[in-house]
Amino acid sequence: MAMTLAQKILQMHTDEEVREVGQIVECSLSGVLANDITGPLAIKSFRAMGAKKVFDKDKVFLVMDHYTPQKDIESANQVIVSRKFAKEMGITHYYEGGCAGVEHALLPEKGLVKPGDLVIGADSHTCTYGGIGAFSTGLGSTDIACGMVLGKLWFKVPASIRVNIEGAMPKWIRGKDLILRLIGEIGVDGALYRALEFGGSALKDVDVEGRLCMANMAIEAGGKCGLFPSDELTAEYCKAHSNPDPIALSADEGAEYERVVTMDVTGMEPVVACPHLPENTRPVSELSDITVDQVVIGSCTNGRISDMRDAAEVLKGRKVAKGVRCIVIPATPAVWRQAMDEGLFEIFSDAGCVISTPTCGPCLGGYMGVLGDGERCISTSNRNFRGRMGSLESELYLSSPCVAAASAVTGVITGPDKL
Amino acid sequence: MSFTGKVHKVGAHIDTDAIIPARFLVTTDTKKLGEACMEGLEPGWVNRVQEGDIIVADRNFGCGSSREHAPLAIIGAGIKAVVGHSFARIFYRNSFNMGLMLLEVGDEVEKIKDGDQLEISPETGVIRNLTTGGEIRIPVLSSMMQTLIDKGGMVNYVKEQLKEMGE
Repeated sequence: MAMTLAQKILQMHTDEEVREVGQIVECSLSGVLANDITGPLAIKSFRAMGAKKVFDKDKVFLVMDHYTPQKDIESANQVIVSRKFAKEMGITHYYEGGCAGVEHALLPEKGLVKPGDLVIGADSHTCTYGGIGAFSTGLGSTDIACGMVLGKLWFKVPASIRVNIEGAMPKWIRGKDLILRLIGEIGVDGALYRALEFGGSALKDVDVEGRLCMANMAIEAGGKCGLFPSDELTAEYCKAHSNPDPIALSADEGAEYERVVTMDVTGMEPVVACPHLPENTRPVSELSDITVDQVVIGSCTNGRISDMRDAAEVLKGRKVAKGVRCIVIPATPAVWRQAMDEGLFEIFSDAGCVISTPTCGPCLGGYMGVLGDGERCISTSNRNFRGRMGSLESELYLSSPCVAAASAVTGVITGPDKL
Repeated sequence: MSFTGKVHKVGAHIDTDAIIPARFLVTTDTKKLGEACMEGLEPGWVNRVQEGDIIVADRNFGCGSSREHAPLAIIGAGIKAVVGHSFARIFYRNSFNMGLMLLEVGDEVEKIKDGDQLEISPETGVIRNLTTGGEIRIPVLSSMMQTLIDKGGMVNYVKEQLKEMGE
């Protein structure tokens, strides 16, 4: 049978024959992830199962990223649970403090996930690793506990939606614009149960960090995962990130897709998602009367070095508008260091930005930039549900770092070409 | 093994906040959660339910958060199975992991009315409507799903696996 990328990767991890959509197969896991919020719940289930050890101490990843450094007593106590567990189990990849970065930026960067892997995480944005051709998906805490104990789990073989990206890529269009446009077209449950599989002639113009950003938001369309082929760009990325020998992977010719969506990017304008759903998308030029109080550039969607460079390119020699807070959050310690070495912090500082240490922080309304009543923010993160970044009376817009940085300069939602 | 139960019908996109509102998440006790089942949909909803009844839902049942309290509340209310047009992905997994049977029937769901008596045979993939005499055929529940239901959920399943492995 000609296989989709999703079917192919599941087949690589099971002895059963993958025959059809909807079939349940038991698969071996390449990695199991939890963070400071979800870790303690999974650990509770782990204990209830009577388990004494994890299936592989090198394949369980614990990243204390949502409230790092710990923002209050409760979050500090949560980290203690995971820290003790990691020590007891001898977990190799436990990250906290100066070693911790936003999990979905950290794992690919450290080479802990590679093409063809099957990874589960107790975080809905675990789907990010599809950007390098790994099947990865978010689950509840009992599933994660089971994965930690047995190293295997059941999966339903998903139908796939093929998304072809065609045409000539405009200067200021990034992966973020493409995924927002797609979610706008198919809706927040447009890919329910399904795998999104990306292809097309313009894929070569979306770098791996852009692909990670797009796969990250597959869940915002209800998707199980968002998958990219593992091609030359993937190989280059992997080699630079501790994976010298990545496999090449693509869907078979003649694989069956439930639906094919084609997006021609020629002449495309940057896209912004308006409150309070990621599907409420508009071209940036239609929002030029929307003022902002805060700008956030970071998160597991857009906190990588290319995002920092994009923001710096726009902010160089410019100032953040009076009365606007612009918070820049490099997603990992390595991104932070690289941004500093490249002189990007000088640009951000000169512009009047706040430069944070790596954290999920404001993306989920945790800390480090929470919104008050009636405040409005444009953010490079992935969810703009009501109250996501703070007050139920606040408003959140989503965009690429290019648009977010340009908006910081003008104080209204602005495309970078308008500066 | 087949079972019969009375149908309680609910609409589309019933989210986990409707199934069990956040204010009831102070416990993980199945019975207590069951007392508040569907409280976010209609206060006192659960009073109509008899042990062994069946929820029949329209599309995307269980959307929203990944809280495992949602399937637990349904189990705690005495519901034996949920027949739905479709289910939200994480809810689907969480349900079987908690030991709640879900059966996906697509548009056939329209053939079932509130108050109907259903006879469900998961092994043969047949749902018989005893009230109307109609029949819905569905794919047979996979052995993995049936195992999870039989064991009463994922925690028990893993416990037994560990025993078999001699740990």
